[in-house]
Amino acid sequence: MHEFSIVMSMLDLAEASAREEGASRIEAIHLEIGALAGVVPEALEFAFQGAREGTMASTARLEVDYLPAVARCNTCDASFELDNRWGVALCPTCGTPSAQLLQGKEMQLARLEVA
Amino acid sequence: MATHDSTRDINLHSHGGVDGSTDVRTVQVQKSLMTHNDGVAAENRMRFGSRLVLNIVSSPGSGKTALMERTVRELANDLQVGVVVGDLETDNDAVRIHDAGAPSVQIVTGAVCHLEAEMVARAVDNLDVEGLDVVVIENVGNLVCPAAWDLGEDLRVTMLSVTEGEDKPLKYPRIFKDAHAVIVNKIDIAEVVGFDRAKALDSIAKVAPAATVFEVSAKTGEGMGDWLDWLRARRVEKVERMAKVTVG
Repeated sequence: MHEFSIVMSMLDLAEASAREEGASRIEAIHLEIGALAGVVPEALEFAFQGAREGTMASTARLEVDYLPAVARCNTCDASFELDNRWGVALCPTCGTPSAQLLQGKEMQLARLEVA
Repeated sequence: MATHDSTRDINLHSHGGVDGSTDVRTVQVQKSLMTHNDGVAAENRMRFGSRLVLNIVSSPGSGKTALMERTVRELANDLQVGVVVGDLETDNDAVRIHDAGAPSVQIVTGAVCHLEAEMVARAVDNLDVEGLDVVVIENVGNLVCPAAWDLGEDLRVTMLSVTEGEDKPLKYPRIFKDAHAVIVNKIDIAEVVGFDRAKALDSIAKVAPAATVFEVSAKTGEGMGDWLDWLRARRVEKVERMAKVTVG
């Protein structure tokens, strides 16, 4: 359940950003989470429901965009989307496993809706 | 994490908004949720200076502590190793490493399933970093949760043992993908437990093609030489890199 720690960091960051804007409450939190970030959507929502009470986001919605994992093949010099959830990045053109992940590990607070 | 209560107090009494106003506006933030942790990790990195710092992750029972005991003993003549150990409860592992001859600090995380940079920062207060060449952070036994937290390490080492199933890298891709080195431990019992070596190495190569792989037995010492040589070489690289930074 590391999602709880992630949600606590998220609320800290969201509140600080909202306060900077002079807002009094947060209506929605938009996250971008990579497919290989190791975040379980249900656990994230569960942790959020538990942690938001008493914060500026106590009635906020949590909206998550899950980003696909994208790797780059050094042999073909091409980037490609991973076709599996196991982190295996075999280049569809030449079959070489890639160690270079361009996208997929994100845990980003993209934007807030505040009032 | 302890700072949340005071933050909440402020918010409960906040008068930031205009009463009755329902104007909802969008604020672009675009910041990593790990921003705070990564900042503390960067401070840890500064503090570690030219010491080589490893973050070792594995399932519970893969043999992280046994590997550390032997690593500490076998490096004793050339490198002083200090160990920070994370566990949910008890200081048993820190005691084992201390008995092997290395300064060690235990972090008891309670319910937390991973180490965070702040926990390491507090633990390092109790470690004489100046007197060390290598700092090893033994993470909480867990292949999921520790992945996202940078602790200020130079290298991530992910370990599995032959009793765990050859497809472990495919089941826990993130933590293997981030690994600079992957250690396969307990090879002394590989045959008895029917470990399919080729399949395991293939899984590792697919998920973490750039990682250096070591096959060892922390119990018998088999394969330890390559691992220790790798550590020595990485330590030399770190010292040289830091010397350039200082001069430059």
